[in-house]
Amino acid sequence: MQIPCPLCGNRDLREFSIRGHALGAKRPEGETWSADWDDFIHNRDNPAGRTEELWFHGGGCSAWLIVDRDTVTHEVFGAKLASEGGQ
Amino acid sequence: MRYSGLQVLWQGLTGNRGWGPAWRDPDPKSEYDIVIIGGGGHGLATAYYLAAEHGLTNVAVLEKGYLGGGNVGRNTTIVRANYGLPGNSEFYSHSLKLWEGLEQELNYNVMHSQRGIINLFHSDGQRDAFARRGNAMINQGDDAILLDRAGVRKILPYLDYEQTRFPIYGGLYHPRGGSARHDAVAWGFARGADRRGVDLIQNCEVTGIDIEGGAVRGVQTTRGAIRAKKVGIIVAGRSSQVAAMAGLRLPIESHVLQAFVTEGLKPVIDHVVTYGMGHFYISQSDKGGLVFGGDLDFYASYAARGNLPMAEHVVEAGMTLMPMIGKARMLRSWGGIMDMSSDGSPIIDKTHIDGLYFNGGWCYGGFKAVPGSGHCMAHLMATDRPHEAATKHRLDRFTTGRGLMDEEATGSQHNLH
Repeated sequence: MQIPCPLCGNRDLREFSIRGHALGAKRPEGETWSADWDDFIHNRDNPAGRTEELWFHGGGCSAWLIVDRDTVTHEVFGAKLASEGGQ
Repeated sequence: MRYSGLQVLWQGLTGNRGWGPAWRDPDPKSEYDIVIIGGGGHGLATAYYLAAEHGLTNVAVLEKGYLGGGNVGRNTTIVRANYGLPGNSEFYSHSLKLWEGLEQELNYNVMHSQRGIINLFHSDGQRDAFARRGNAMINQGDDAILLDRAGVRKILPYLDYEQTRFPIYGGLYHPRGGSARHDAVAWGFARGADRRGVDLIQNCEVTGIDIEGGAVRGVQTTRGAIRAKKVGIIVAGRSSQVAAMAGLRLPIESHVLQAFVTEGLKPVIDHVVTYGMGHFYISQSDKGGLVFGGDLDFYASYAARGNLPMAEHVVEAGMTLMPMIGKARMLRSWGGIMDMSSDGSPIIDKTHIDGLYFNGGWCYGGFKAVPGSGHCMAHLMATDRPHEAATKHRLDRFTTGRGLMDEEATGSQHNLH
């Protein structure tokens, strides 16, 4: 599996680590424990198929990326900088 | 037909004409008392114990593929009870005791082999941690022996004791641990459930869960609608998708765990051995293949296969620990789909929907749990009360923070187990 880093080009999987969907969800307001915080920290859509995830290019440019990927086939469709495409 | 050595002899002498199918292939009825979604190890075990222990036989197991075609056929078959935390400790202890009587219970050879597990440690700190774990195991009533380096060397003479990076300080020996034949466990429970009247329905995919007024009414399937008073979701590997049919979001992420097997060799590795520093464990199957694996690939996946970086890492760790395996040729590799819960421990619980029960989140520990999980799930579904060995496997522990079973002490957070 290779990930097309917008800054570094196609790079091997082992240069990256995944953060998953955690930051794809809306971060709740405030710091009081609530069902929203539980949902944000623990619960996941966990899709089987094409999805967007946060990956970190720790072995390269240290950029956070949003990677468009299929969890069933491992096909990678593209990646963009989280700072440009994220919320 | 009751299986026995005498039966094998008799059938052998009479042309093997008497063997019939081990279970029926019924069409689904329009209504059951209980529907189990998922004909894997856990679902079949649940159905078996519902019939055998609770007398509930108006039960169907719905399987979208063939029986035992999922993770129960894709693991590395380790059976053990060496957990340290309350909750996991009593549960896996319960499961191991069921394993020990399973072949007599099922009249089926599941090839359970208590060859012993040795968890190696490589530093003073790791020795302390393993001593503590061993004490927890003994307190639970199970067996654990802390071996020093000489003690390990006596039973595992083939390890590389000269390596300087991660020298072997000793090992935690769990003599009652071992392995079993993965398919046979599913088949044994299937046959036992079928003989007691449970309908095992294959090629029957559940496409919807019917809920009315907060209570489950049945399921929609590719073979028609089936009404049911109670429904159990037991589909680890696809939990999120099936639970979503009932509107549930779960604290689960699916990951791939790879496993590998070499060509068949003469007996060389007599135990299950785990490497404390390299995410590597190995045993030898009864066919002679060395079966080994390591850690998750650490990205979400339903592909049932992994990528080369982890394969390379696992093989490197194996070569570091026991260079003798370097000449064995690897035959196959595969991956299982792990229901990774955020605290690394499983769930056996009711849901907020009346009559709907959930069993999943087995992480990479599902195989050894098969009898215990089925036993406790059957108890929960039959009596609406948790079995005493599974009172802590609650679905709401993530929300409340009470009773988290974070065996690795990394926090209740995804990606860390």
